[in-house]
Amino acid sequence: MSTLAAFVKAKARNGWRQLTSMRTALILLVLLALAAIPGSVLPQKSVSPENVTRYFREHPDLAPVLDKLGGFDVFRSPWFAAIYLLLFTSLIGCILPRTRDHARALLMRVPDAPKRLERLPAHHRGETTHGPQEIAAALRGWRRVIREHPDGTTTISAERGYLKETGNLVFHTALIGVLAGVAVGAFGGWHANRLLVQGPEQAFCTSVQQFDDYRPGAWVGAGDLPKYCFEMTGFRASYLDTGQPKSFSATVSVSGAAARTADFSVNHPLRLGDANLYLLGHGYAPVLRYTDKAGQSQTTVAPFLPIDNTTLTSEGVAIFPDANADPATGQTSPSEQVAFAGLYVPTAPDSGTVASSVFPAENNPRLVLTLYRGDLGLDLGIPSSVYQLNQNQIATGRLSAVGEAKALRPGESWTLGDGSKLEFVGTRPWITVAVRHDPGEPIVLVSVALLLAGLMLSLTGKRRRVWVRLIPSEGGRTVLVAGGLARSEYPGFAEEFTGLIDRMGLTERMGGEEREPVGALR
Amino acid sequence: MSLSALSDELVVVATLTYLVALILHTAEYSLSNRRRTVAASVLVGAGGPPVVEPEAETTARRDWGAVAGRWALWVTGLAVLAHLGTITARGLAAHRMPWGNMYEFVLSASFVGAAAWLFMAVTMPQVRRLGVVLTLVQVLLLGFAGMVLYTQVSPLVPALQSYWYVVHVTTIVISSGLFLAGFVPAAMFLIRDGFDRGRTRFPYTLGGRLPSAEAMERLTFRMHAFAFPIFTFAVSAGAIWAEAAWGRYWGWDPKETWAFISWIVYAGYLHARSTPSVNRRVVAWIAVIGWLTVMMNLIGVNFFFTGLHSYAGVE
Repeated sequence: MSTLAAFVKAKARNGWRQLTSMRTALILLVLLALAAIPGSVLPQKSVSPENVTRYFREHPDLAPVLDKLGGFDVFRSPWFAAIYLLLFTSLIGCILPRTRDHARALLMRVPDAPKRLERLPAHHRGETTHGPQEIAAALRGWRRVIREHPDGTTTISAERGYLKETGNLVFHTALIGVLAGVAVGAFGGWHANRLLVQGPEQAFCTSVQQFDDYRPGAWVGAGDLPKYCFEMTGFRASYLDTGQPKSFSATVSVSGAAARTADFSVNHPLRLGDANLYLLGHGYAPVLRYTDKAGQSQTTVAPFLPIDNTTLTSEGVAIFPDANADPATGQTSPSEQVAFAGLYVPTAPDSGTVASSVFPAENNPRLVLTLYRGDLGLDLGIPSSVYQLNQNQIATGRLSAVGEAKALRPGESWTLGDGSKLEFVGTRPWITVAVRHDPGEPIVLVSVALLLAGLMLSLTGKRRRVWVRLIPSEGGRTVLVAGGLARSEYPGFAEEFTGLIDRMGLTERMGGEEREPVGALR
Repeated sequence: MSLSALSDELVVVATLTYLVALILHTAEYSLSNRRRTVAASVLVGAGGPPVVEPEAETTARRDWGAVAGRWALWVTGLAVLAHLGTITARGLAAHRMPWGNMYEFVLSASFVGAAAWLFMAVTMPQVRRLGVVLTLVQVLLLGFAGMVLYTQVSPLVPALQSYWYVVHVTTIVISSGLFLAGFVPAAMFLIRDGFDRGRTRFPYTLGGRLPSAEAMERLTFRMHAFAFPIFTFAVSAGAIWAEAAWGRYWGWDPKETWAFISWIVYAGYLHARSTPSVNRRVVAWIAVIGWLTVMMNLIGVNFFFTGLHSYAGVE
């Protein structure tokens, strides 16, 4: 049993040593870089889910295999996690002993001079009349130790550049801080998207049901969301003549803990403390009033989604499921529901067909609609998009297009064959907003600041040691032998060493003997 | 002439001036080569007693290679001035920093690279011959920018209207330029190193006329050690901006992913460099791969992927 324990222990120690070696760390770095590449080549669920869907459609054989391998969610896949967790383990295994060694080095006195200083990359031999205190004074800013030896010699050991290793350790520790911050954000944060049309009846509140898309972290319950309601009261967009956007901004009135009315725009989110509101996109929502043959009218505000972001040609539907109710009973017939589908063109070309917009602002708006009549399929209990008609109902003939498409200007009406009437009242702007909270952000920010500071210290710092040995000689003279070495990349050390010897300012040429050159290893 | 037209003229001037510098650098190589062969053949052909003294040989004939090299540096200086002129005029015409689309970005990043190179070549004359690579890269980048990426002067789209635009893009431009300035000696180190090991195929044959492998290896490290913190800062600044613009500081957008890859590769370079057991050839190759990832991010990502960073103005 004890031999088995010893075996396991030896294996574990060996494995740990392997894992924390620089070689392993380098291999893991290379693997991490390679593993990230598919994350840019393949569409990612977290970045563009619609592109993932398209990829599935275009590569029906390959996509499921890639999906199994985590190819559409690389940065959350087990193998990506395995690489960075191993890397961080290796990192911790490197930081801990180095921190211990560095703390020791900081607490310990600079070690005594080696026997043969002239073997060091930079060295000097001369004569001096000064004592150890004066020599040490020339090494101001260095950690110095003066040692007197029984043979009468005195050595001065000096070292500086400890901040290099300090910076190195801060940098690597800060990396762990970044990972911790990311984790806190992933578990404790949440984000949601919502399309918000201007107008009081279109307002929404921060509750799970009212978001279009809600992604909570694992630690977030529905009750943890802060309570806010948002109503859009204004939207402004300006464009260059070429159609390139110049500015977008929206005004929202916020009710809840921090009630206010505020403007926000791209790059200037609305920060509420425990949630931020970001402006992501915008478009137009035609307002349509439908009066059925019984004279009952209903109004709907239907957001149309841009199919071309540069000109805002948009596509959408307006549905009237309660149309054509029996005036006596109030009963609606599923086969007499009404819907309109088509394009909204904010600036139609002066001539030709109104198939696409030529400018993103509403300079010459047209709404091109086709009437559909039949069963919209709303009662089937199958969730369906509110931006397009149920294609299955159309395919099975339960819902069908009636007549030709019709282009409408704002304010125009369209009288349909059965005597009912559709009026294009106008449009309202809509925006898409992201509501987000990420409690990991401050951790990441502070860690990154430390990381940068540590990196600068680590890359600019130069650890070096200098020793001076004073040997009493006949006639009250003192022989001075000095040597020094840079413990890291430092091409300028030779010059600094020469400068130090000059600063000691004390050496004179030994009688007859040539002063040895101060030279670095070349 | 309008400022934007001036900028367009100057970019042509800069490209052609770099081309002249490139030709002069090539002349530097071929002329100094010819002189050496001539000298050698004289000695061999002389047979018995040396008729031609080498001293007289060098003083009698001017070293046209060195002359061409000095001229190449002066001409590169002119090209850098024209290059500075084109981005300045562009910035003044647009009333903003001249890196709002990929055309301007490539012009600015290559300017930083050229300026860093010029500084190096003036302070360390022994590396001057590397100018042949730098001027070649400049001609290619400027030609590519002018012919493929060219975009009319226009103000920034709303997503770029932020002071982080200046901070993030400026530092990205600077670090990209410095990475270029580090890539050149890394590639030259590999050539020189191959030459020293007796390789005789084409790129290695150039090695004999390059500075020592050790000098170039050290230069590579210094450039990267300088560029890496700036790049780290640039990515961090980008993250802070992304938080304000898109609501998250990091979202694995293709640009972000490739910045991550570059960062990891360059971190690998610095670690490998500081590990004595890793062969310096491997280290230099990591630097070369790092540069490829930077180029992939600056140019490849704009063409191959669509992401949030789609301001390049290329279709």
